[in-house]
Amino acid sequence: MANIATNGLKKKPLNLRRKTHLGEMLIQGLLFFSGIFSIFTTIGIVYELGKEALLFFQMPEVNLLQTLTSVEWKPHVGKFGIWPLVTSTLMTTVIAMSIAIPLGLSVSIYLSEYASPKMRTILKPILEVLAGIPTIVYGYFALMFMTPLLRSIFGNDVVQIYNTASAGLVMGILILPLITSMTEDSLSAVPRSLREAAYGMGATKLEVALQVVLPAALSGIAAAVIIGISRAIGETMIVAVAAGAGPNFTFNPFEGAETITGHIVRISGGDLAYDSIDYNSIFFLGLLLFSITLTLNIISQRIVRRFREVYE
Amino acid sequence: MKEKIAQPDYNVNIAGRNRTGTIWRWFFQVSTIFGIIALIALLLNIIDSSFGYVAYEAKVDPATLALNGVPLEEQSKEQLVALLQSKLSKGAFNKLDKDESFEKRSRANVFQIVNERIIKYEVVQVWDLWSSLTKSADIKATVAKDFPQADLKFISWLTADFITRPQSSEAITTGVRTAILGSLWTILFTILFAFPIGVGAAIYLEEYAIDNWLNRLIRTNINNLAGVPSIVYGILGLAIFVRTLEPLTSGEIFGLVDATTANGRTVLAAGLTLGLLVLPIIIINAQEAIRAVPQSLRKASYGIGATKWQTIWSHVLPNAMPGILTGTILAISRAIGETAPLVVVGASTAISFDPTSPFSKFTTLPIQIYQWTSRPQPEFRSVAAATILVLLILLLSLNASAVILRNRFSRRY
Repeated sequence: MANIATNGLKKKPLNLRRKTHLGEMLIQGLLFFSGIFSIFTTIGIVYELGKEALLFFQMPEVNLLQTLTSVEWKPHVGKFGIWPLVTSTLMTTVIAMSIAIPLGLSVSIYLSEYASPKMRTILKPILEVLAGIPTIVYGYFALMFMTPLLRSIFGNDVVQIYNTASAGLVMGILILPLITSMTEDSLSAVPRSLREAAYGMGATKLEVALQVVLPAALSGIAAAVIIGISRAIGETMIVAVAAGAGPNFTFNPFEGAETITGHIVRISGGDLAYDSIDYNSIFFLGLLLFSITLTLNIISQRIVRRFREVYE
Repeated sequence: MKEKIAQPDYNVNIAGRNRTGTIWRWFFQVSTIFGIIALIALLLNIIDSSFGYVAYEAKVDPATLALNGVPLEEQSKEQLVALLQSKLSKGAFNKLDKDESFEKRSRANVFQIVNERIIKYEVVQVWDLWSSLTKSADIKATVAKDFPQADLKFISWLTADFITRPQSSEAITTGVRTAILGSLWTILFTILFAFPIGVGAAIYLEEYAIDNWLNRLIRTNINNLAGVPSIVYGILGLAIFVRTLEPLTSGEIFGLVDATTANGRTVLAAGLTLGLLVLPIIIINAQEAIRAVPQSLRKASYGIGATKWQTIWSHVLPNAMPGILTGTILAISRAIGETAPLVVVGASTAISFDPTSPFSKFTTLPIQIYQWTSRPQPEFRSVAAATILVLLILLLSLNASAVILRNRFSRRY
């Protein structure tokens, strides 16, 4: 065949076997390296944080039992009880979520069930703008707007200048667009036929939204809430600016209290000496943060995979 | 059982159900409006602090420093240096010269030093825009009574001068030039690092990766990395880029600095840290863009005998590029706004020199906002507000370019 086709110009028959291109293999190797790079990042995080956290616990001032039980975190006198940092983190998170969950659900139900397409094209960019503002700007907002507002409502002697309430409230506004967009996605994924069927049975719009669409999208909503919590725990700049400096074991939202992230930022501002106890302690706190948020993210992914209703 | 069928448990009270519906609908709308109000309040709050009256005193009246009728602002660098030499003590002058020789300093920098060391503007009080507009007479009376020496001026804290001036320790003469340049330098290295690796990873995952445990692990891992708090990346950057790779990030292996003074807290370390942070975002966006390129294009390319890489390079990538670039711009705007990781990596807060190389110390816009917001003096809150405006304008123009890119080059198949 080949002889006929090439009219005798080519002696050898055309080789149709797959050739190995050296360049192609090199490129594939490079691409594979890029792909696997993210695994190195994770290994790097776990290794570095784990290593320095272990060093932290080998310091003579620190012991694990004290860290897990004590309610005093005072590095300068060698007291490293994790609880004041944890409780303030929980407090800001709870305050943030108590704003973000009801508002986020309401806004997403309004966007997906009630709003006209025109309304949606106006509202969605506004939410995107809210989501795109750097967190340090929210920190400024918390300190310069929310704190004076709270102080004028509850009184200057009740509300301290730095307090977890204003940080938490503003964090709620920060997380609102995140929860809204994730929830809205899962609400719009609920097929029209379900709504039509409910309308056909004589349900009102609210009943369709709350009793048909919402339960059908529950897995997506749960995932959104968990991602929101994870984001709130890891949020740094708002609490660093507005929640106050200095660990404080308190459940009063109007008092200043430093969160895990806020403590890391304050300690590491300026030149932190390597291998000092402060240096090692931020790795321990970072490991704690990383484990909590990773667990939450994995739970959220599991929920989506396990409980998602798949419609045809 | 029969009774239940006879008396269905649905509520036939249509009017009541509709009323409930209206109330809830109202609640949903109010929540939405709350979101809008929050955004407006945030913007107004920033604008409110960026403009307004300021009362300030100068230790030395700048008018007395005019040289042969040439006002201070128009004097040359040499004249300003001469002025510094005559007004400052010898030790102080030599110390400045030692920090960075006067020959190398820019005129703006020298002018800044004149402001700081000789004129010494001092803000005595600031007012926000709202009270400046409504209580103008009161403010003037207060200043005339309490601070007879002070000048009262209605100013915008955000001016062209504010953007081009280097940083200084006084609110009224400070600027964000150092911070803007620091942000740009940092982002440059973030892009150089994260863009090739991010796009490479996306190509690998979409075009080459078969469905095995390793590739599934890579995918899950990227999704998990996207959810890691930014401060954890800062800690990682501190451990790896600042400490372990200090010879590289301080420029020591290139012979640029002494091993004894080498410090890894540089532009390069910050850029690489932010690169790790935005890598998952770039990968996820690039994957989506590559997935959107139709299979028919690839088939056609293979059909005429192209190799896999030729197909990707000449057909898949050009078609996916607008999507990839849009995703990258969004990642960059995330990186520009990041504060926490850079604080941990070790941004310097008080430097007045422009960054000139990857191995310079640096500060960025968000770092300056953080630093100025944390100061007790109210005038620095106004400076912070003006810096926020600069940052927001920068982000807005980045996002606008992403939208334009998406609309201009988006193709539908």
